[in-house]
This record gives sequence, structure tokens and C-alpha cells, in this order.
Amino acid sequence: MKSKKKLIGAEKLSRRKFLKKAGVMGLGAAAMSALPFPNVIRAAEPVKIGVLHSLSGTMAISEVSLRDVVLMAVEEINAAGGVMKRPIKPVVVDPASDWDLFAEKAKQLLLKDKVDVTFGCWTSVSRKSVLPVYEKNNGLLFYPVQYEGEECSKNVFYTGATPNQQLIPAADYMMSEDGGGFKKFYLLGTDYVFPRTANKILRAFLLAKGVPAANIMEEYTPFHHQDYQTIVGKVKSFASGGDAAVLSTINGDSNVPFYKEFANQGLRSEDVPIMAFSVAEDELRGMDSKSLVGHLAAWNYYQSIDTPQNKKFVKNFKTYCKKMGLPGGASRVTDDPIEAAYLGVYIWKQAVEKAGTTKVDDVRKAAYGMGFEAPGGFKKIDEKNHHLHKPVLIGEILKNGQFEIVSQTKGLVAPEPWSKYTSPDKSCDWVNHQGTYKKSAT
Amino acid sequence: MQQAGIRAIPRGASARSFISRVLILVFALGFGLAARGEARAESFSPAIQAEIAQLGSKNRKKRRRAALGLAKRLEPKLLPLLLALREGSLFRWKPDSGEARFVIGGDAVTRGEVEYVPLFSIHGKKRLTSPDGKPLFVPDGKLNKIRAGRRIRRAVKPYLNQLQSSAQLHSADPNVRRAAATRMARVGDKNLIPLLDKVLENETHWLGRHALIEAKALIRLKSPNPDERRSAAAALGEIHGLNAVSVLQRMADKDADASVRAAASEAIGEIEDYQSWTATIDTLFRGMSLGSILLLMALGLAIVFGLMGVINMAHGELMMLGAYATFIIQGVFISYLPQNYFDWYFLLALPVAFLASALMGWLMEISIIRHLYGRPLETLLTTWGISLILRQAVRQVFGAQNVDVKSPEWLSGGYHLMVGVQFPYNRMFIIALAVFCVAGTYLFLFRTRAGLRIRAVTQNRGMSTCLGVPSRRVDAGTFAFGAGLAGMAGAALSQVGNVGPDLGQNYIVDSFMVVVTGGVGKILGTIVAGFGIGGMNKMLEPAMGAVFGKVVILVLVILFLQRRPEGLFAVRTRGA
Amino acid sequence: MPGETLVDRMEKKVGGVVLVIAAFWFIVAMPSLNAFGTPGSFFHVSDFTLNLFGKFLAYAILALGLDLIWGYTGILSMGHGVFFGLGAYCMGMYLTLEIGGEGVYQSKLPDFMVWNRVKELPLFWKPFHSFFFTTIAVAIVPGMLAAVFGFLAFRTRVRGVYFAIITQALALSAWLVFNRNEMNLGGTNGLTNFKKILGFTLTEASTQRGLYVATALALCGAYLLCRWIVKSRAGKILLAIRDAENRVLYSGYTPANYKVFVFTVSAMLAGVAGALYVPQVGIITPGRIGVLPSIEMVIWVAVGGRGSLIGAVIGAVGVNWARSYLTSSYPDYWLYFLGGIFILVVQFFPDGILGVVRDAPRKLEKWIRRTTRTAAGDESLAPVRSEG
Repeated sequence: MKSKKKLIGAEKLSRRKFLKKAGVMGLGAAAMSALPFPNVIRAAEPVKIGVLHSLSGTMAISEVSLRDVVLMAVEEINAAGGVMKRPIKPVVVDPASDWDLFAEKAKQLLLKDKVDVTFGCWTSVSRKSVLPVYEKNNGLLFYPVQYEGEECSKNVFYTGATPNQQLIPAADYMMSEDGGGFKKFYLLGTDYVFPRTANKILRAFLLAKGVPAANIMEEYTPFHHQDYQTIVGKVKSFASGGDAAVLSTINGDSNVPFYKEFANQGLRSEDVPIMAFSVAEDELRGMDSKSLVGHLAAWNYYQSIDTPQNKKFVKNFKTYCKKMGLPGGASRVTDDPIEAAYLGVYIWKQAVEKAGTTKVDDVRKAAYGMGFEAPGGFKKIDEKNHHLHKPVLIGEILKNGQFEIVSQTKGLVAPEPWSKYTSPDKSCDWVNHQGTYKKSAT
Repeated sequence: MQQAGIRAIPRGASARSFISRVLILVFALGFGLAARGEARAESFSPAIQAEIAQLGSKNRKKRRRAALGLAKRLEPKLLPLLLALREGSLFRWKPDSGEARFVIGGDAVTRGEVEYVPLFSIHGKKRLTSPDGKPLFVPDGKLNKIRAGRRIRRAVKPYLNQLQSSAQLHSADPNVRRAAATRMARVGDKNLIPLLDKVLENETHWLGRHALIEAKALIRLKSPNPDERRSAAAALGEIHGLNAVSVLQRMADKDADASVRAAASEAIGEIEDYQSWTATIDTLFRGMSLGSILLLMALGLAIVFGLMGVINMAHGELMMLGAYATFIIQGVFISYLPQNYFDWYFLLALPVAFLASALMGWLMEISIIRHLYGRPLETLLTTWGISLILRQAVRQVFGAQNVDVKSPEWLSGGYHLMVGVQFPYNRMFIIALAVFCVAGTYLFLFRTRAGLRIRAVTQNRGMSTCLGVPSRRVDAGTFAFGAGLAGMAGAALSQVGNVGPDLGQNYIVDSFMVVVTGGVGKILGTIVAGFGIGGMNKMLEPAMGAVFGKVVILVLVILFLQRRPEGLFAVRTRGA
Repeated sequence: MPGETLVDRMEKKVGGVVLVIAAFWFIVAMPSLNAFGTPGSFFHVSDFTLNLFGKFLAYAILALGLDLIWGYTGILSMGHGVFFGLGAYCMGMYLTLEIGGEGVYQSKLPDFMVWNRVKELPLFWKPFHSFFFTTIAVAIVPGMLAAVFGFLAFRTRVRGVYFAIITQALALSAWLVFNRNEMNLGGTNGLTNFKKILGFTLTEASTQRGLYVATALALCGAYLLCRWIVKSRAGKILLAIRDAENRVLYSGYTPANYKVFVFTVSAMLAGVAGALYVPQVGIITPGRIGVLPSIEMVIWVAVGGRGSLIGAVIGAVGVNWARSYLTSSYPDYWLYFLGGIFILVVQFFPDGILGVVRDAPRKLEKWIRRTTRTAAGDESLAPVRSEG
């Protein structure tokens, strides 16, 4: 293959040395990949899985880590003999943070590469954009990020949290004696579907708990918003009477300027804590954590969970990143979506082996009610829908970018894809119903 | 060295140095008190020591009882130990020779495969040293962590909070003291008044005094005696107690006594008048701050665009390079220099960022842009291609993740101008830097030989070349200078925002708008446009929100350009 | 431009034949192979490929319009994503309303309005119940915006880079506005999860084939329209405006009117492209509107060859095919490729791929002549000196 590339180069580029340093290499690369992949038939036909995470563009910040951990899980499984004694062959594509490209790449994975399962997506919009593709072709997608709920697809397993597994316990904690007994809440988010839905649910919950509407503020900033001077000013005057907290669904790179401004305008985590739903260890890696210390977050997993299984998982991940020469190497961290992406692969493996086939409908049915040991502890798939029962942990940010777990729900919290605060009449069931159904009035 | 360091603070932060002098004074007072205690308490009383020993017990109940017992003493000297217990950094350590003892662990350092933990004493959290006087580091395997489960932490928490608040009343930082006082006011326990009074006697900083007085008044507001409530309300109005508005509002609505109600509403009126004042000042400052950021970004662009006619779409990426240069310098400081120099890394980063981006600009000019003079649209497209390549290259070298650029201590926090108005130091610094860059550029262009040449080539290339000006080198130099300014802007931006491969993308359109609005080639125009757009943005934002505010400004700029296509300060020519 | 007459001649002679063959291939052969070829055989075009090319051909329509103003009139617009987006959103609104009660929430309202707590369908959505209205709107809405914007800009003779920069500002503000959920256009998520168009199920292969054919025909029509404009008297004036606007002015023409006209036509083509794009891709988001995609559109034209309509089509299809390919096979190198090709094209091949192919014999001849003579070199060859 290499010689082929050289040949083309020699034909076209011999007198154009000055061109070589620029992008022409890409042309050669394209020519090289035009050769069909040699189709070697092995004793055991490999199982193909798709990995659909953005490796370039704005979402690469978060999604690259998920690709890494999925490939690590694949390597582990292959080393241990594969799934049903067949090796796994991952097909990695780059949808480049472009939502339209997500749909195209999903089609490619399902129709061209014919993968048995896909692990992918981060943003809600990317999931929404591939959803029709998976539903039409009866594919299977494992989606590893906490999301806004209100969805119940037959073709997706949601290994992240539903709103009630993150938002409600967090708000509850803030109102409790233990959390500081806050009475006023500033709901601040980036303007997209997760924060909008999350705040809709939070507002309904807070109102139900007797917080007067005047004590709830709601505000949205665009993606990549950088200048938080005015908004922090508003928070400051909102909080001047005391007992106020911020519930933040600010996403991605807006967090750094937000927290910095927050600290610099003299607001302190002891007085006005920020409870964040989208800040995890992996994001903290790229932040000056000084201004974040003492603020809170709500997740289902932290790297700091102190169990032997988790320590092993964290160590394996660091070793893997170092071994593969990935940026960050051994200083890489794990977090909730990373764990969710990792366990997604294992859930699928366990379900496939239980079903004895990779056929989507059989795997799906085998997975219902299945329990398993994840790095962060025991978790279980719901008996009737595609979400997970998980514990909810409130963490406080420490200097080193890790979380100290300050509160924890008793046992596992059942998922509610339809929040009982905003859609009390709906529920999701794939065993006795066809997905979303209307509950009969009780 | 330390002295030299302090002097090296740039002029923009001179207000800061005044404050730091005050701080040192306050600190000295506080320290005097603390030092006296220190000498006596090298060890705790036997009773306390017995309880501490119990913390190491295997029995969870005993551990909890001991922790609670220690916390309930509300003994300030126990604070470091209790905090360490809560954070999980309290260890039992048995040295190779000698008794096992309790120590506090600091942030671990990784050397090879092993993590080393620096140790501190449980009395006053002082650094432990090995016999040769070096700080003591112990492999983490040799330490026994004292486990404090959630129940222990929860039981200890209220006492710890109280302890922390009263400790913070003596903090060196007036901001911390203020926050502690305000928190005590919220506890609202009238027994705290004597404590507050005592602290007030020693308090010299106006901010601390204000907070203490406000806290006292807030506590007195809860008094059963209407006279006291009334006088407290009046006092709050007089000192503009911003924290009291909601409480006063409740009183004005519901208080049993009519005169108290009147006093409360009067106080609210006073506070609100004051608030409208502070809001104006805040908005002005925010506008200045945004304006100076825009100006910093646009200045380099204005030079290459105005003087050379090159539309540099890679300007944002040059800023990004400057920010990454800052990141690298920070890394160098962390790896090769002692900790206490770290705060000054940023002062070195600024010129390095300038040079790094200037070098890249120079390379761009001699390799590509040189061939495109006189074809502005082509430069626009080519430089956009360059920007893509730079972005992807940085992504591959440093990773797609944003990188962590820490703010030096002297750029964290803010300067309290008056009650309720705090100017963040990083923003003040950026304003100063913008002024510095503008002045520097002006001097460079109009007071140096190199500047003279640049202007000569700009005005008449052929004539200058005839007179012996090496016009190609001048071109390259000018472009490099513009690029260097972008690098400085990038370094400055690392203090307010993210540093990542896409940093430039967030700003590029804004900077073009500033340049175009100001009028190409006019530095004065760029200044006016930068502050004008920044100021307007911040005036519109509170009412319209960030998005629509910005959209309105973009539309206004477009409309403005219809009226004056060549910008604010352009000379009208027949060709235009 | 000395090559100009050559361009015309080429397009007339060789171009004509190639064009007819290409049109036949895209309009008749590809869909037929898709419908009747045996899956797996060499002569089969898969649904996936056909769908992909449907998207590329939609882009090509936009590229034609962009070429009309940039290549022929010399106005660089870096805001064409907006016009594309407007057309796409118009169609998207129609498709969203077609979903009816089949959405996730089983509400009459579009899904995103439900979670946005909107109770009633906003007024501006209502006309989009009608397919007829939609087909008109996809061209008229972007056209109107372009006319107003162009009128304001060209009347005061904003031009060159200034125009490029304010179109960029337009793209940025449109992107900001479309991202806002209060606009009731789906915010960042845009419009998606479409089910039906005119009663046909969108996910059916036959529907997609139909859409593909419609796109290919629309491209054909767009090409003929552009060709007609370019060949007409107005086309000559457009070229003149590009090369010497002041002389046109002094000759008694009003360049501004011509510019507004061509800008509007270009925007309408972009809108039509957007409308054809949406049902085939199944989603439209503000991501297609911003500054970045708008500049990318300029690349297609630059790479293919500006100032030549075929070039624009080649560029749009070629660059997007490369993108689709490289993002699968070499995700890390895609941006190097895009950036590099851009620099190369602008620096060395101002006439793009088409220019290289077309001029190769002539260049080769001149190069041979020069190397044999080792003469000082013809000044007009300077930018392509190194061409082999």
C-alpha cells in the first residue's frame, strides 16, 4: 500500500517539492485508502461494532475520551477471548461535530459496514439526528451521556442518567439541611435541549417543593459564550439576600470563563455554590480548577469512588492511554460518561452472550433486567425500558480536579425517561407496551 | 527576589499594590496574635491528645465519637486537623525510627511510578522537614489514611463551619473576612454580637468594617425590640447594606410595628438608589473591559489590514498560538523553577507569546502571503486555509482538549472599589495591557526608524524601494509585528477564557467588525470602535440578553457601514 | 484574464459533449442502477451512495449560484450559508408540520415546541402547512433577504473585502439567532425526525430516489439558468463589473442594480439547494448557517474553478466526496487536506481543477518551450511557473 502511494506521488509531484509540505499529502492518502480492504476470512468471523464519536470540531473535547475508552474495552474483551469466542472489530468514523454528518456516518455504519452495534454520540442533537437512521434500519446504539429524557427508542440503550437520576437528587440535596438549606435558585444553562428540559423539570420540582416562583431565575447563554460579566453581576445581586445557589447546565468551554468571573467578582463557593450538571473530571482537566474548588456536581460515577474495581479501571485506562500514545497519557482521568461508555460495551457483550446471537431484537430482550458489576459499582438495566438503575452521587470539586463525594442516594435510583414532574401521564415500556404509553389515570 | 517580584507588577495593577500594602498591615496585626498562640501550642493538651489518638482506632464508633468530641470543642487550633480529616488528607505515619504520629498530607507528586506526599504537622499545618532541612516527602504506601466516612463528616460539619467562619474572621484577606461576617449574620445568633464587636475593634480595612457593621445590624434586625429593629434598619440604609434588601423587604411588608415598616422601606429606598449607582459603574467597567479585549484583538489585525491590505483570517489562530505559548511557559515554570516564582510566569509569557506568534507570522509572510499582495480576497482565502491547518496541528500536538492555564495569584480576585463594586484584577490587567499595546504601537510606528520605514512603504512602495528601503523585509516585519500583537492578545485572553484549538474562532468576526467599523488603517478608529462596540454591547446585554444584544450590534455595524463604507475615520477619496 | 475566451470555447466544444454525458449519468444512469442493479454487483449503486450524491448535487446548485457572484461578478460572499439555511429551514418547517402527531410527544406541535413550553403554533409557521407555499418560499425568502441586504450594501458601493466581511457578520448574526430557542426554530437541534413528504415515507428507498432525481433535474435547470444569464448581455456587464467597475459606471450603467440582481439570484439558488438538501439528509441545524460552512462553500467553487459553471459543480461534488471519504478513513488529516488544498488552489491554480485540466496542454507546451530556451520567462506565466 505504501508503494502505491509513492507511485502516485512520483507521477504527479516530482517537480513540486514546494507542494509537498502542504495538504497534498491528503491526496496521496485518499488514493491509498481507495484500495479495498483485503477481506481475510478468519476461523471466527469478527463481530463488527461502530464507534461514532466526533474526533474533530468543537465536540472533540469531550468525545475523543469516549472513543478511547470504547477501544480499550474492545481490546480487553478481545484479549479475554472476544464475544461468543469471536473477536470484535471496531469501525471508527469521525462525524466531525457536524450534526448532518452524524446521520450520514450512521447510515454508512449500518448500511455499508453492517455493524452489529454502535457506540456513540454525545450531544442530544447528534442523537436526534441519527435516531431515525437506527429506527429505520433496526440498528442498535449505546448512548453514554446523561440526557434530557423524554425519549424511549427501541434501538437505543441509554447508559447515562435520566433527569431524575441527576437533577432531582441534586436539587434535593441543595435544599436539605446537609447541603446548606438553599431557598433561591438561579438556573443557568447553555441554550439547547438538555438545559431547557432540565430546567423545566427542575422548576417543576422546586415549585412542587414550595419554592416561590420569584425565587427561581432562569437564563440561557449561547454555545461558546465567553463573557460572563453581566450574568455573574446578575447572580450577585440575586444572591445578595443570602440562601441562593446556582444550578448550572452550562456546557463545555463556557465553564472556564464563567467560574473565573464568578470567583473574581467575589462570589464564594461557601456562600453561593454552583451545582453543575455538565462538569466532570475530564472537563476539569482543561480548567484552572482554583476557581472551582468547593463547587458541586451531580453524577453517577466519579474517579474518586474508593473501590478496588474502580481503582483497577482507572489504572487500566491510564495505562491504556499511555500505551497508545494518546495526548495526556497517564494523566488522563475517568468520569461519568467515560464509565458509561465503557460499561456500554460490556452490557452489550453480556447481552449478546446471553442471547447467543448479535441480532438486535434478541440482544435487546436479553438485556432487560440484566445486572452487572460496573467500575463504579453494581448497576442494572430496567426490566421494561432501555435505561439504567444507578446511584446518584453529589461531589465537591477539590483542588486536584477530583471530586469528594459528599452525598449519595441509598441504593439505586430507578430511571424515569418521562419525568413525573413534567409528564406524569407518560411512561416508557418495551415489554408490555410499544415504547412510550399513556398511563391510565390512577 | 521577592521584592523584585513585587516591583515587577505592571502598572495596571498599581491599585493592587496599594491594597497589598494595606493587606500586609492587616496581616501583620493578625499574625502577631497568631504567633503568640503558636509558641505555646506546639502540642495539644493531654485530653485533646487522647481524643486524637482515638481517631486512629479500628472501631468506627470510637472514631466517630472522637471526631465529634474534637469538633465540639470549637478549638481554633484543631481546625487544620479537622479540615484534613474531612478532606481525607489526615494520615498516621510511622517513621523508620520513632513513634507513629498523625500528619496532614499535601498534594502528592509523582516521581516515576510512586506518588510522594509532602507532610505537614497537625498543629498549625506547618511543613515537616527531614533532618537535613528539606521538605519531607513520603511515598503514599507508607501512610495510613484515617478514614472519615460520610456519617463522621456530616456530624462534624456544623461545628467545622462555625469554626471556619470564626477563623475566617481573622483571615488576612478582607474578602474572606467579609464573607465570614456575612455568613455569621445569616446564622443570626445574637450571641455572636460580642465576637463581631471584638473583631470590629481590630478591623482596619473599610470592607471588613462594613461587613461587620452590616452583620451586626442584620442580627439586630431579628431583635424582639421594635426600637432596636428600627435603628438597625436605619443603620443598614445608611451603610447601603446590599445583603439586607430581601430581609428589609419582608419587614417592610410584614413587621408588626408601623414605624419599623417605614424605616425598612426608607432603608430599601436608600439601598436601591445606591444600587443604581453601582450598576452604572459596573456597566461602564464591563464595557471598558470588553472594549479593551476587542481592541487588543483588533490592533494587530488593523495593522496588517490597514497598512498592508492583507485580510488575515488566521489572526485568531495567531492569538491561539500566543495562548498556547503562555501554556508552555507555565509548564516550564512548573517543571523547572521553584514554586514561589510561579506567579510571575505570566509576565514572561507575554513577550514569549509575542515572539512565538510573530515568528509564525513572519513564516506565513515569507512563504505564502508575499505572493498575494494586492489581491486582498486571495489573502483572505489563503489565510483561512492556513488557519485550518494551524488549528488541526495544535489539536494533534496538544490534544483536542482545552488546556489548563492557571491565573497567577495576582490576577485572581478583584479590587473592591466601593461596597458592591468589585473590579476583577484580570480584567483591569487587560485594560492596562490594551493601553500599553496601543501606546507601544503608536511609538513604534511614529517614533522609530522601523516605523518610519513601514509608513514609507505603505505610502509609496516604489519610491521607498528607490530610496533604499528594503521593502520586502519591511513587509515581513510589519506582518510579524501584527502577528505578535495577536499573540499578546491570546496570552491576555488565556486569563479570562479558554485555551483550546478553537480559541481564535470565537473572536475573529468580532475583531474584523472592529477594524472595519473603525476605518481601515486608522489606529484611532480601531480604538474608538473597540470601546464603542464593547460599551454598547454591555449596555444592551442586561436588557436584551447576550445573543440579541450582539445581533443588534452586528446589524448596527452593517447599517453603519452602509452610511460610511470606509469606517469612522477614513479619509474620503474619489475611489471610495 | 487571457484564458477567458478559451474557457468559453472549451465549454462550447468539448465541454458540451462531456456535459451531456455527465447529465445523463447523474439523472438517468445512477438512479436506474440503484433501482435495477443487483445488490453487490459492480453495476449497482447502493441507496447510501445515491443518497450521498443527492446531497452533493444539492450543494452543487448552491455552488453554481456562488460562482455566479464570485466567479463572474467578483463579489465574494461569505454568508451563503444563511441563504442555504433559509431555504432549508423553509422546507424543514413543512416537513416538521407533516410529522403531525407522530412525534415523540404525540402532540400536534413540533416536538421541540413541547419541551420549550410553547402552547400554540407560531403564526409564521402556519403557511408552511402548504407544500405549494413552501416551494415558493424556499426561493423567495432567501431572495428577499439577499435583495434587501444587497440593495443596502451595493447602493453605497460597499465592495471587495468590506462586502465579504459584512456578509460574514450576517452569517454570524444569523447563526446566533437560529441557535436561540426563543426563535421557535428548534434551536441548536434544528429540525429533524421528519417522516413524510407529500405523503411519501421519507425513509423509503424509492422516495429517496425520487428526491435524488428531483435534485439532479434542479441542478440541470440551475445550470441552464446560470448559463443563460452568463451568456446574455447582462452577463457581459457582470464580467465588466468584476474587471473594472468604475468604467462600467462611467459607461452609463448602474452596477449596483446588476449586482443586486445577481446576488438575489444566487441566494435563491442557495435556498433551493437547501430545500433539496433537507429531505435527503433528514436534519437541518444552525450548524449549516454559520461562518465556517459559509466559507467552506467558497472553497468548493475555488477548488472546482471559479468563473466557470462546470468548475463550480465539480468543486462542490469533489470536495464533499473527499470530505466524506477522509472523515471516515483519515479523520485527523481532513482539515490539513482542506486547508492545504485551499492554499494551493489560491496560490497556484486560480482556475481550480477545471483550469488545471483545461490548461494542461498549453502550459506543458509553454513550459517545454521555456526550458529549452531558458529564456527570462513570460510574465503572464508567473503564477503557474511550476506547473508540470
